[in-house]
Amino acid sequence: MTKTILTVDDSRTMRELLRSALVEAGFNILQAEDGIHGLEVLRENALPDVIITDINMPRMNGLEFIEAVRADRGLRAIPIIVLTTESDPAKKDRARNAGATGWIVKPFDPQRLVGAINRVAA
Amino acid sequence: MSALDEIRIVFFQECEEQLQELETGLTAMAGGETDADTVNAVFRAVHSIKGGAGAFALKQLVGFAHVFETTLDEVRQGRLDPGPEVMDVMLRSADVLNDLVAAGRDGGEVEAERTAPLLAELERLAGKGPGGHGGEDEDETPFNFDDLDFTPVAFDLGDLGDLDGGGDGPKFRVSFRPRPELYAKANEATVLLRELGTLGPVSTTCNADALPLLDALDPEGAYLAWTIEISGDVTEAQIREIFEFAEWDCDLTIEALGLADLSEIAVPDAGADTGISVADLLARIQGELTGAPAPEAAPEAAPAPAPEAKPAAEAAEKPAAGGEKKEEAAPVIRVELPRVDKLIDLVGELVTTQAILSQRLEESGAATTGSDLMNSVEELQRLTRDLQDSVMAVRAQPVKSVFQRMPRIVREVASATGKKVGFQTRGENTEVDKTVVERLAEPLTHMIRNAIDHGLESPEKRLAAGKPEEGTVTLSAAHRSGRIVIEIADDGAGINRSKVREIAVNKGLIPADAVLTDEETDQLIMLPGFSTATTVSNISGRGVGMDVVKQSIEALGGRLVITSRPGFGSTFTMNLPLTLAVLDGMVVRVEEDTLVVPLASIVVTFRPQPEDLQMIGAGQAVKVRGSTLPLIDVGLKLGYRTAPADPLTGVAILVEGDNNRRVALLVDDIRGQRQVVIKSLEKNYRPVPGIAAATISGEGRVALIIDVDAMMSDQSFDQFILGNEPIAAE
Repeated sequence: MTKTILTVDDSRTMRELLRSALVEAGFNILQAEDGIHGLEVLRENALPDVIITDINMPRMNGLEFIEAVRADRGLRAIPIIVLTTESDPAKKDRARNAGATGWIVKPFDPQRLVGAINRVAA
Repeated sequence: MSALDEIRIVFFQECEEQLQELETGLTAMAGGETDADTVNAVFRAVHSIKGGAGAFALKQLVGFAHVFETTLDEVRQGRLDPGPEVMDVMLRSADVLNDLVAAGRDGGEVEAERTAPLLAELERLAGKGPGGHGGEDEDETPFNFDDLDFTPVAFDLGDLGDLDGGGDGPKFRVSFRPRPELYAKANEATVLLRELGTLGPVSTTCNADALPLLDALDPEGAYLAWTIEISGDVTEAQIREIFEFAEWDCDLTIEALGLADLSEIAVPDAGADTGISVADLLARIQGELTGAPAPEAAPEAAPAPAPEAKPAAEAAEKPAAGGEKKEEAAPVIRVELPRVDKLIDLVGELVTTQAILSQRLEESGAATTGSDLMNSVEELQRLTRDLQDSVMAVRAQPVKSVFQRMPRIVREVASATGKKVGFQTRGENTEVDKTVVERLAEPLTHMIRNAIDHGLESPEKRLAAGKPEEGTVTLSAAHRSGRIVIEIADDGAGINRSKVREIAVNKGLIPADAVLTDEETDQLIMLPGFSTATTVSNISGRGVGMDVVKQSIEALGGRLVITSRPGFGSTFTMNLPLTLAVLDGMVVRVEEDTLVVPLASIVVTFRPQPEDLQMIGAGQAVKVRGSTLPLIDVGLKLGYRTAPADPLTGVAILVEGDNNRRVALLVDDIRGQRQVVIKSLEKNYRPVPGIAAATISGEGRVALIIDVDAMMSDQSFDQFILGNEPIAAE
């Protein structure tokens, strides 16, 4: 069955890059522009198989978004992959502490992205 | 166009937006607004640009953005005080970032002389350079572009000979015991086992020893462990990659069984993510060469021995989004402009067709007032008009985007001239047609340069004149009478009228004995060939004269007016239409033709009475509302007739043009008011004096739209005012 990925990123460029890579790889996608929007999309759509989120976003950042998803019984089982700009271990730790399942470093290689999704998507 | 090219376009559009955010935010910070929201927005703008730029391998941009971002982070963390000196560096960095984005877009580079000094200053501020402070918990290594390349390094160890154990028996034994946190983060043991199975044949044993009795079982606990033996063409790195996200939350050991295949050891992430050093790698290779098990793997592959978690940085990430944020924006979709324009065109045609239909129905007698047919026709007319308004609104944009580019101009000119300038903007959210917004940039830039270069006095002169040392330039926008009015005001010395007059006379632009009001004198500086100052400045004199400025404004259907008070400053006022596509007009008849007078120019219409008429010189004048004004016979002026019409048989329209100058236009009859779709005469035919544009009338014929100001043009000295040059105030 085709898997659905929710991408949460305030950068249109990143959303487009993700969309292009994911659609190419045969995924369905949902998009959101920040954490709050992400939660809205989760409320209003069939649950995605994986969420990919940026950290630095207005309104609700990625860490708060992950915490919110993990705190919600209906959503908590969804794997979340965090997009980080650099290999900043501290940032990765914070994301992990918030409940991130995995991470991808920007700029990402589409194959690695798909690989990461496969490692977390049931 | 490839998908990536399209995303590239999106990226640069987004950069523009981010750069504006940056400018707005930095300006606010420089003005003392250093709250977390503002600082975070600024940080995010640079961060976003960097993130996208990485995808397009724009190294120079990424490198600069990275250093800029690092310094901004210092401010964000409260370790660097955003004082004037710091903000000055930030603002100049934003300018360079602007240039870097432009260079990235156009495929160029920015000279290192421009970037290097700022990079040094940014690094010094961030505490990295000599004499800097803090930074002890920041990344101490100087920024290296190559850090940002995450291309896996291809290790070719084929020369080491055939060390392959043969590939028959299992090659690795993986022991995997998840902890509850693994599941809490939505990692899934079964998924990992499945993925291991994709690497090669696996033999999996589940260890359920830790599984308690049901009453002691915590549904969120983790009790199972697995041992997996993998054979086939598989490397430890591949296995480790599968457990990349999980290994923190599980006990994991990977044992090489027998001799490992060294022919394709890949280094995951080139050290970027897992931080495997070359030394570690060599140790591992050494281990494999000697046939020993790989050195204890789990901790070694942990993130780099880089500085440990940064508590301060962590603390700052959180308040970044705490509590309620800026006002909710309405949902937005992006539409390509040609689609909107096509829609506008079609609606324009629809409006015209609807007008023709209404007229035909009326003429046919089928639609009488109050009849059902007439009601339907009126309803159609109303809907068409609403539709048109709605479609036009799609093209409307706030002038903010162009206003935001101006602070940079101000900084540049101020620093080049040594003047102190406070710059203010008002009405940034005033909306106007996108094309108007776009075409405003150039005239605004030029006028702002002028205002500082020629308008404002030097700090010494200002002090001597009892003014504050810092001059003020104000840029404002507002809607007025269905048009947008944009003003650039300075509090400088004002226009030196005697000097202007002297120059104009010397250049033969006006007769030596011309009698001009102050107001008229001020407009002289817009004459073509009115050369300015005795000293040519390289700021204003960038090859674009005020005549070009005025022309570009007029090309948009706008007017430019100058007002000045000696000693108090000058104001340049632009009055522009909100849209270039439609116009509210009064439809009039002259001889057998239909003309349109822009409604915005009309003050009142009236039938001239014999006692109000008089001859002044060769021209006719009419008395209206207490003043006597020229009465211009439109038919005569535009060549529809050769002899003047009798004013008593026609209708006069009092119109007001630039500078509140008024005249009365004499037409034969008035047919009504209508919104008309503007068709450019210049594009479809050629410019015609006295005519601004054309439209299609209700009868389906071409109707010309009168250029009110051109109608007045030979009533006074105005014929001279066609273009202009900047004027020197000193």
